[in-house]
Amino acid sequence: MITETGIVVSALLVAAASYRVIDGPRVEDRVVALDTISTNVVALAVLYAVHTGKAFFINVALMLAITGFIATVSTSMYIRDGDIIR
Amino acid sequence: MNEILLVPGLIFLATGTLGIIRLKGTLNRMHASSKASTLGVGFVILAGATEFYPDGAWLTAFLALVFMFVTAPTGAHMVARAREESS
Repeated sequence: MITETGIVVSALLVAAASYRVIDGPRVEDRVVALDTISTNVVALAVLYAVHTGKAFFINVALMLAITGFIATVSTSMYIRDGDIIR
Repeated sequence: MNEILLVPGLIFLATGTLGIIRLKGTLNRMHASSKASTLGVGFVILAGATEFYPDGAWLTAFLALVFMFVTAPTGAHMVARAREESS
């Protein structure tokens, strides 16, 4: 019961954080909002693993965390320097 | 045990997302994102680790927890430095 509620709440939080992605006045606001969406999607994957009992989705959560970190760091380096690989 | 850990996790995730929407300024929004959301997802991953405790997925969940707690301040630091030096 609590895991279904958690999945619905996390999906609504992703939809709510996308408001800041669309409306953010600066590029950094959009990066911070996308980082929050990535964090919520990691929690969503773990909640789905707990709900269905499939332990494979824990690996999905770990890969989503790695992808979100690389996306945040590379976008920040692109904003600051103008390029990623120097 | 899972319910005890899932409820504060969801509360902290909701607090972080509410801070993203309601606060003014990039650094204030980053303050809500990098602390409240990270603590919330830490509670949720810990609930997943206690769910699969005797199996091997427990170690993967614990690795994801350590990875989130290491990389969330690093990403927030990169975004803050981009905010301060690009304007």
